[in-house]
Order: sequence, then C-alpha cells, then structure tokens
Amino acid sequence: MYRYDSFDQNMLADRVEQFRDQTARYLRGELSDAEFRPLRLQNGLYVQRLAPMLRVAIPYGMLESRQLRMLAQIARRYDKGYGHFSTRQNIQFNWPRLEDVPEILADLATVDMHAIQTSGNCIRNVTADQYSGVARDEVEDARPWCELIRQWSTFHPEFSFLPRKFKIAVSGSRSDRAAVKVHDIGLELLKNANGETGFRVLVGGGLGRTPLIGTVVREFLPADELLSYLEAILRVYNRAGRRDNIYKARIKILVKALGEQEFSARVEREWQDIRGRMDPVAPERMARIKACFPSQPYASIDAAASKDILTQQRAADRAFDRWLSRNVLEHRQPGYAIVTVSLKPTGIAPGDATDHQMEVVAELADAYSFGEIRVTHEQNLVLADVREDKLRELWHRLREAGLATPNIGLLTDIICCPGGDFCSLANAKSIPVAEAIQRRFDDLDYLHDLGEIELNISGCMNACGHHHVGHIGILGVDKKGAEFYQVLLGGSQGNQASLATILGPSFAHDAIPDVIAKILGLYVSRREQGETFLEFTRRVGIEPFRESVYAKPAQH
Amino acid sequence: MQNLLSTDGRVADDDWILLEKETPLQDAPAGDLIVPLALWRESRETLLGRDGRIGVLVYSDEQVEELDGQLEGLSIIALDFPVFSDGRSYSNARILRERMHYRGELRAVGDVLRDQIFLMRRCGFDSFALRADRPASLATTALTDFRHAYQQATIDPGTPLLTRSD
Ligand code: SF4
Repeated sequence: MYRYDSFDQNMLADRVEQFRDQTARYLRGELSDAEFRPLRLQNGLYVQRLAPMLRVAIPYGMLESRQLRMLAQIARRYDKGYGHFSTRQNIQFNWPRLEDVPEILADLATVDMHAIQTSGNCIRNVTADQYSGVARDEVEDARPWCELIRQWSTFHPEFSFLPRKFKIAVSGSRSDRAAVKVHDIGLELLKNANGETGFRVLVGGGLGRTPLIGTVVREFLPADELLSYLEAILRVYNRAGRRDNIYKARIKILVKALGEQEFSARVEREWQDIRGRMDPVAPERMARIKACFPSQPYASIDAAASKDILTQQRAADRAFDRWLSRNVLEHRQPGYAIVTVSLKPTGIAPGDATDHQMEVVAELADAYSFGEIRVTHEQNLVLADVREDKLRELWHRLREAGLATPNIGLLTDIICCPGGDFCSLANAKSIPVAEAIQRRFDDLDYLHDLGEIELNISGCMNACGHHHVGHIGILGVDKKGAEFYQVLLGGSQGNQASLATILGPSFAHDAIPDVIAKILGLYVSRREQGETFLEFTRRVGIEPFRESVYAKPAQH
Repeated sequence: MQNLLSTDGRVADDDWILLEKETPLQDAPAGDLIVPLALWRESRETLLGRDGRIGVLVYSDEQVEELDGQLEGLSIIALDFPVFSDGRSYSNARILRERMHYRGELRAVGDVLRDQIFLMRRCGFDSFALRADRPASLATTALTDFRHAYQQATIDPGTPLLTRSD
C-alpha cells in the first residue's frame, strides 16, 4: 500500500486550503457558477438531482482499514449512513451539503485521501486489476505503475483542461481484469524477450455514446519511458481533440478522425521531442514506490492440510461450499485465498455499503487480510490475502453483516450505475431494475446452474454501468418522457472484449424480468455441455434470442 | 485599472495595446502593439519596421510552431484563453518555452482567472492579464497555491517529486 510522505501530505494540505478558499469565494458570490463548476468537479463534487454528490478517489481501488473506517465515519456524519462504490473503483456520497465539503476533504486528508480529479475534464483516477500482487497469472504488479501515474497526473499543469475526461487503466496480468481495451489509454504490462518490463499501449477505447475498442499504438514501450509517452499522447489530444461538441470530444473520436496511422505518427513525433527533454523518474523514487507494495508477510502454512480441512468443511455445509465456489479465488501463495465481499445482496443498490458494513470489513481486513481492502470495478470489495484455514470463520462474520451473498460473477452480481434515483443525466432509473431482476432470480441453485453471467445496467448513454460490455446489458432510454429499457446481448470485458448488440425495441420497466427469463430460458434449453452464457451467445448469435423474446407481439 | 500580474507578484498597468482580431493594420494606434498571428503572417515586414515594440497574439486554435524562426524580433507573445476551460494554450506555452526556447515575455490573455494562474505559471507564462472584472491584486496569492509539484513542467516550484532523488 502506498504510504504518503511529507511531500504528498503537503500537496494534499495545500489542495484542501485551496478548495476551502474557492468554496468560500463561491458562497460569497465572487465566483460564478460556471467558474466554480470545474473547480468543484476537479474536487469530485457534482450537483445532482437531489443534493451534491461527492466522489472520493480510491487510487486503483486500494484501501487501508483506517481509510475505510474514515469513509464509514463520513457516511455517518455527513451523509445518510451509506456510501456507493462505483465502477471506477471510487466511492460516492450522495447526500453531503456543499458547506460541509471542505470539512469532509479535511477529514479525508487525515487518512491521506481526497477527491482530486475524480471528475472534470482532466486525467481521472487510474484504475487497475483488483487482484494485483496476488493473481496467479500476473506478469508484474500494476500498482506501483498506477501510483506513478497518479503522482504524475495530479495537478498536471498542461492537462487540467482537456477536451473531455480522460481515463487510464493498467493491467499487470495475462488475463485482463482492468478493462484496458475500453479506456482512453489502456496499459498492459509485459516482458520482452530480454525479460525487461514494458507496456503495450492502447488508445481510444471507451464506452458511452460511441463505444469503441482501443487501438494498439505501441506494442512494447520500455517501462521507464512511460511518462514521456503519456505526455505525448495527452499533448496530441489536448491540442487536436474536439472542443466544439462534448459528444465528440473523447480521444477515441480523435483517433478515428485522424486514423490510427496519423494519430500514432503524431504521438511518435511528439514523443521523440519530449523524451529528449524530460528527466526520467528518479530510480530511487520508483524504488520507493515499489517498496510500498511488497508481498505480504505470509505465514508458512501446510497448504495440503489446510486444503483437506477446507474440503471437509465444504462437504459438510452446502452454503459455505457455495460461497467458496463463487466468492473465493486461488491465491498465488499456497495456503492463502482471495475473498470477494459481495455488495450485491437482493434489495440493496449494487455497490452500496452502510457505515456499519464498512466498519465490519475494516475490522475483518485487520483480522484476516493484513489490513488491506480492494474495491473492484464490479462494485464489490476484496480481501486479498486470507488464510484458507480462516475462511470459514471469516465467512461466518461476513454473513452476520450481510456481506456473504454467494453470487460473485453470477446473474445477480449486477453492475449498476446510480441512475435516475440520483443522477441528473439519467433517462431512467437503474437501481429498481437491478432489484426486480434480483428478486425474480433468487433461487441460488438456478443461479449457480446458470453460471457466469455479467449483467450491466446504465441509466443513460453515458454508460457508467458499462452496459456495452455486459453479457447482458440494459440501457435506460427515454421514450416520449417515459422510462424504457433497451436490452443488449453478447458484450464482454477482458482480453476478448466485445461490444454488445441491441436485441430490438425497448421494454417497459416491469417487462424486464420476463425478458431476462426468456433469454435465460433459451440458453438453458439449448446450451451444450459446459457452455457458458457468453460462449452460447457467441455461437448462436442474436437471432434466436430475438425470436424467443419478441415471439409474442412486441412491447413498445 | 491595474490588471496585470507578473510572476514576482507585482501588479501593474498594461502598456501593451492588443489589436483585436481582424483590425486592419492602418487602424492600429501608435505604441507597443500585440497583433494577431494572422496579421503577423501577412504584414511581418511592415510590423517590424514600425516604431514601438511588437508582439504576437496566438489564439488557442492556432499553433505556435508557426512562429518558428521568427522569435527574434518579438518582445512578447500572448496566448489566448477564449474561455478558461479551453486548455490548448497550456500546450502552446510549453512548446514555445521548451521546444522553441522562447525567452521573452509570455502572457496569458482572455478569460484569465485567479484559479488557473498557478498552472499557467508552471507552463511558462510570466504575465497574466486578468479578466477586467477581477482585480489582479486579489490574484497575487495564486502564485503560491502549492508548495511543490509532482511532475516536471516548464517552471517548477521546487524539484518535482518524481525526478527528485532524495
Ligand atoms: S450512466 Fe447515465 S444515469 Fe447512469 S450514472 Fe452515468 S450519467 Fe448517470
């Protein structure tokens, strides 16, 4: 876990003071709404449908228990007792008062947290694989590189007023869990033939109105040239990206307009110039960052014996067995496991956690996982370093707090944006749709039999709920003032990322569970042995689904 | 009104006359003149021959590279912010300073507000013509909003963290 030094702390303290002054000037009428807007956005503060929304940065999803406790305290003191973990690995508070925000930021700063660049047309919080450092298929830990990017991008003087927001994701493993193909810049760590570390660089992926898979602009960038290369990309974008139409302002549109070749050539020219001038990151600095992410002081465990015990425990207890099979993953270290804490029980908005739950997770992290917690972009929490022989104990304690729903990767582990209940941009509500689906499909045997299905819901085209890359995507649309939902099929994230296809005419809210039932029914009746839902949709295509869903008169 | 802030924190009157877009040269008053890049392109010889100092105004959709090889006779370059949220002039500034080695005065004009001055300064601007309704005297503290910086830029408050070895 990266530890702030006095330099970081000074930066943060100066920022808190700066924003306190800006807020005071705004409240005194010395700053107009338009002038205050980007300032508050760069401090994570939105004005939403019902109240301001404050988005707090959780850099690449890593939290210490003391930080999670502070988030719990903020939820209790300044909000309605809960927070919402977002698909950007951040947390959002939906009910703070504007006047309280400087105080909240000051509280956050006491645990080295902030809301810097969680919004606005700047380089946003960098995201990473939630299993960095513990995954079995890891090439190199992505987190030190993410931290490097965090520092470099913080208050970057040239890139604070870009044409549009800018998102960077880093994957350090062979299987991509950071969605690098759908980010403005995606970075994949890899080794060349000489064993040196570098990055494959993708540019111009993204969801939203114009979903696109990113283009590889460089197959192998030596790792120590990362920052000069990022500066080159950002400069080309800052100068040439469109500023006349916010729907065409993302870098993906620029890459498309210029063509891959011309875009890459411009970046190359810029880079050759910049790299001659830019000092490399001091090796001591990078070494210090890397030293913050050591492997944990694991105990040496008789792994075979602890596996045996686990086997007996799961044989004796069906519920525990289910939880193990869905929420627990193999760890790189023998005798340890990776545990996902589900924030998707039925009836709670996906990704929401109460102050009490946050405190429980913080306590469990201290007791079982070296005091660290990770936030996933699927809106769950992870305890990454749990001894296998403690799993049963941990499971009991998670269950007491309602945090052990055994549904990770299943249909009810829904990714869902805040939607019309909170977001002023929404066409439709998304949380009640998630809930209706969870209620309809509450039979665990059925869910486990269905296996891996990613269902993603967005309340509008901005696609915060990543509906384009859901195996099943649901998108809120506006039909003459009424809330309707489009259904999409066949999207996926990861190495084989694909964008979903629209099924057909949209549906009213209450029709959605039936539509999902028909889709699943087709899959169950026609799947081949061991075929996942995604494989099935890829094999049969969209037509059979259309036939089955719209067989009766289509609903409008 | 005194509305020009410089990097040493002084507030001064602006002696330069900024020629608006598309004003013909014959309408220009006598004195030190900043002219749009378009006019400079057309009438460079005439401009250099007239009495008084001369500078160029580059709009945010123009490229400073056009001035390559022409920096000699220029006493000032002004980069425009049509709205403060248009960030292109930050890149133009750094290119002028770092790639083209421009050493003269580099001024931010247009929608120039207190809260962007720290960033502008780091990209190499050294004077700031604040928007008329915002007294420059209230912006002097902006130059010291932050003690440090993480990344290298044209001007650094101290050695940036990432390149500092202690
Ligand atoms: S997808 Fe639309 S409705 Fe949902 S949070 Fe994003 S902007 Fe709001």
